[in-house]
Amino acid sequence: MVSRTTDDYRRMAQAGCVAITEPAFWAGFDRSSPAGFYDYFRQLTDVEPKRAAQYGIAHHCWLCINPKEAEDPVFAREVIKLIPEFLKKPNVLGIGEIGLNKNSRNELIILEEQIELAKQQQQLILVHTPHLEDKLKGTRITMDALANAGIDPGRVLIDHIEEHTVAEVLDRGFWAGMTLYPDSKCTPQRAVDIIECYGNERIWINSAGDWGPSDPLSVPKCHVEMRRRGHTQKLVEKISLENPLSFLRQSGRFMLPESV
Amino acid sequence: MPQQSCPLTSKQVVDIYFMEHRAKLLDIAAFLDRLERAKGDEGLQDVRVRALKKAIPILTDTSGENQANRAHRVLELLSDHTAEPTPAAHTQSALGADPNTDY
Repeated sequence: MVSRTTDDYRRMAQAGCVAITEPAFWAGFDRSSPAGFYDYFRQLTDVEPKRAAQYGIAHHCWLCINPKEAEDPVFAREVIKLIPEFLKKPNVLGIGEIGLNKNSRNELIILEEQIELAKQQQQLILVHTPHLEDKLKGTRITMDALANAGIDPGRVLIDHIEEHTVAEVLDRGFWAGMTLYPDSKCTPQRAVDIIECYGNERIWINSAGDWGPSDPLSVPKCHVEMRRRGHTQKLVEKISLENPLSFLRQSGRFMLPESV
Repeated sequence: MPQQSCPLTSKQVVDIYFMEHRAKLLDIAAFLDRLERAKGDEGLQDVRVRALKKAIPILTDTSGENQANRAHRVLELLSDHTAEPTPAAHTQSALGADPNTDY
């Protein structure tokens, strides 16, 4: 997790975390050159696996140009050209987190081009859905773009779903991720509500360790919420281990530490 | 949406969650008070505040009783419902309510 100290890796390991997947995402500022992305991809594929391994956590990553930096197609295409070299790295699971931010035409163009890259390279896809008022519209446009490209929805995780997007995501055959955050996106309580209402197939919970207000321990906190309501350990493992394994193993690269 | 999908009894839900949500209700009340105590009127007419005030009645709207979809309806209220991509992104941030909706 490029934004966190190893204290967080230690705490996650103590809480039972055995693997993480880290998408390429916005750093909080716009990188000034494609070379900035090249170094970022090096960090994701070389540095972070070593940092995580110190605590027994298997680190995997996704690569892309994120939606917030996709408004300039010329720049974005220079970054996309860098990706295939890194797809050979052993911890790379696919293309992500691609998607939309403000649902603009240029963001959509770059989304479609990255979908095409994933298709050509036979990669899994991780989708970021927009924030707040933009999420509903952006989720629908993204699912349409994936369908238009002929992508198998079973190889796509649509992340950051909430109550107003989950039904459509599942109905269209995609995997649904609930990202647990203190303020934005979904809380542990609402995530458990969503599972109770929509079931536990093709859906899972994940936490975030980014540079803003976020809590890498949200997943174990959600486990506590589930147990508080009387849900079984079997369900806890289904939505935080079995389902992620089912999806991520399609990459052919997802590995758990040998001790698990 | 399946009814009775929560494994707890309704009494258990109240016993476990009431105090936390009482606190959240007070946070909202205090926020609205703070808004009125702040200088100037601009914030009072902000689209986010108008959206928030429009969302609050959803919580007690009896037409939605027994459908357990208040969170969904609040999110729908706060969302952009247009379908076409926007011509350009002039900002990277989201607001929390649709700036083009007349709340």
